[in-house]
Amino acid sequence: MIRFDSVSKSYPKQNRPALRDVSLDIAKGEFVFLVGSSGSGKSTFLRLILREERASHGQVHVLGKDLAKLSNWKVPQMRRQLGTVFQDFRLLPNKTVAENVAFAQEVIGKPRGEIRKAVPQVLELVGLGGKEQRMPGELSGGEQQRVAIARAFVNRPALLIADEPTGNLDPQTSVGIMKLLDRINRTGTTVIMATHDQQIVDQMRKRVIELEQGRLVRDQSRGVYGYQH
Amino acid sequence: MRAQFVMSEIGVGLRRNLTMTFAVIISVALSLALFGGSLLMREQVSKMKGYWYDKANVTIYLCNKQDAQEASESNTKADGTPTQAAGVTTCLKGAVTADQKKQIETELKQMDLVKSVAYESADEAYKHYQEQYGHTALASSITPDQMQESFRVKLKNPEKYKVVTSAFAGRDGIHTVDDQRQAIDVLFKILNYVNIAALGIMLIMLIVALLLIVNTVRVSAFSRRRETGIMRLVGASSFYIQVPFIMEAAVAGLIGAVIACLMLVSGQYFVIDHGFELRTKIQIIDFMGWSSVIAKLPYVLFIGLLMPSVAAFLALRKYLKV
Repeated sequence: MIRFDSVSKSYPKQNRPALRDVSLDIAKGEFVFLVGSSGSGKSTFLRLILREERASHGQVHVLGKDLAKLSNWKVPQMRRQLGTVFQDFRLLPNKTVAENVAFAQEVIGKPRGEIRKAVPQVLELVGLGGKEQRMPGELSGGEQQRVAIARAFVNRPALLIADEPTGNLDPQTSVGIMKLLDRINRTGTTVIMATHDQQIVDQMRKRVIELEQGRLVRDQSRGVYGYQH
Repeated sequence: MRAQFVMSEIGVGLRRNLTMTFAVIISVALSLALFGGSLLMREQVSKMKGYWYDKANVTIYLCNKQDAQEASESNTKADGTPTQAAGVTTCLKGAVTADQKKQIETELKQMDLVKSVAYESADEAYKHYQEQYGHTALASSITPDQMQESFRVKLKNPEKYKVVTSAFAGRDGIHTVDDQRQAIDVLFKILNYVNIAALGIMLIMLIVALLLIVNTVRVSAFSRRRETGIMRLVGASSFYIQVPFIMEAAVAGLIGAVIACLMLVSGQYFVIDHGFELRTKIQIIDFMGWSSVIAKLPYVLFIGLLMPSVAAFLALRKYLKV
């Protein structure tokens, strides 16, 4: 599903590379936590998978494709198979919950009939049945993140990337979100989640990948958050 | 579905930037109106050129008795002050003779350059003069004797009138060789400068319009970065992300172009045909008809549509990451 082959990434005007010689495999259906302190390279790791950045050295394979060889105009096609969730939800404040989810389908040209069927379904799945016509501003943080997850999942991606999805939420709400992500993972979707939330990582007992100053320092199945920072 | 989505995005974008859109529309309208106007003016000038050049002759005026008399009189004057220069050096050998006339006519007809030669007798000249200026006081004092005989020469290539001038000026029996084109050329030169000035102003307006469009796109891309960011993440094609921006510029440009067209049409209607009624007031000038004006409108619309779109597209490459 995802393979990193001695991948390094340096940004211009920065002498320290963001990623150094990272190699790993993530299989289909896995649930992976990505941990590490701020600046350890987590975001760069995720951006490489999304092909927002290109690796400076080494090869990144996502969904069987070498991203270095993927031409620019094919990138959107590749991204349709990925779902993304962020700490700040990134919802459109002037659209209703249903419209926000539908937006993800409209912009890739899904037919209207399909959208009308898929949106209530996925909102039901994330536990927001009946809140279709609410505005994001009227919802709690947890609910907003559920909308974002619904939007990421509505196109049934093979891979869901979550960048600190619980970063803005209280522990109780976070547990709810994690349950949801776990459920999505059980449908066969690979989930990669960058997080600082020790409690969650320790509870879930999933594979843990730790980065430190751009290096892969730990890759542990059924791991824990690890060192205190 | 797609079309409807795109249309609503454009509407939102244009309204969000209403003042900027307004500025784009106005500057596009002005620059395109100038563009269309100068196209029309060029056509008008070349039409007038054809018309006037065709009418304009090289006229060879022949000496009459009075010219000969004046010439000999002025030469006998002792002080030697140059009076009528042409009168002094020409017509010294008296009025034109029949032989000279014949000689001039055959020579003219032998020239490759000459299309046709028409002879006008003094009586005919007198008649024409009376027709044109008969109502003036001067006309009543003029007699047929005072009129000059002349050859009206039409050239195949009117630009080469100088050949005729140099061949005949100063010869016995010839008073002057007059090329009417010289006078007309001054007028056309002025019109040409006006046209160049209009094009210059158009160019400046066009640059202003383009800068405004680039700026509008930048503001627009910034205010919609949230949407475009999400579109990018869910895999909308770059074309799909860019289309609303480009269409926004195109719609503004098209509105500007339509306004420019209206300005041109109303210019023709109010200045030339009605209102000022230049067509009836200045009958010497053969003004363009509606077909010429309407023929320019597609160009104006096309440029109004294309130019802002290209500007927006180029601006997006810089301001919208896809």
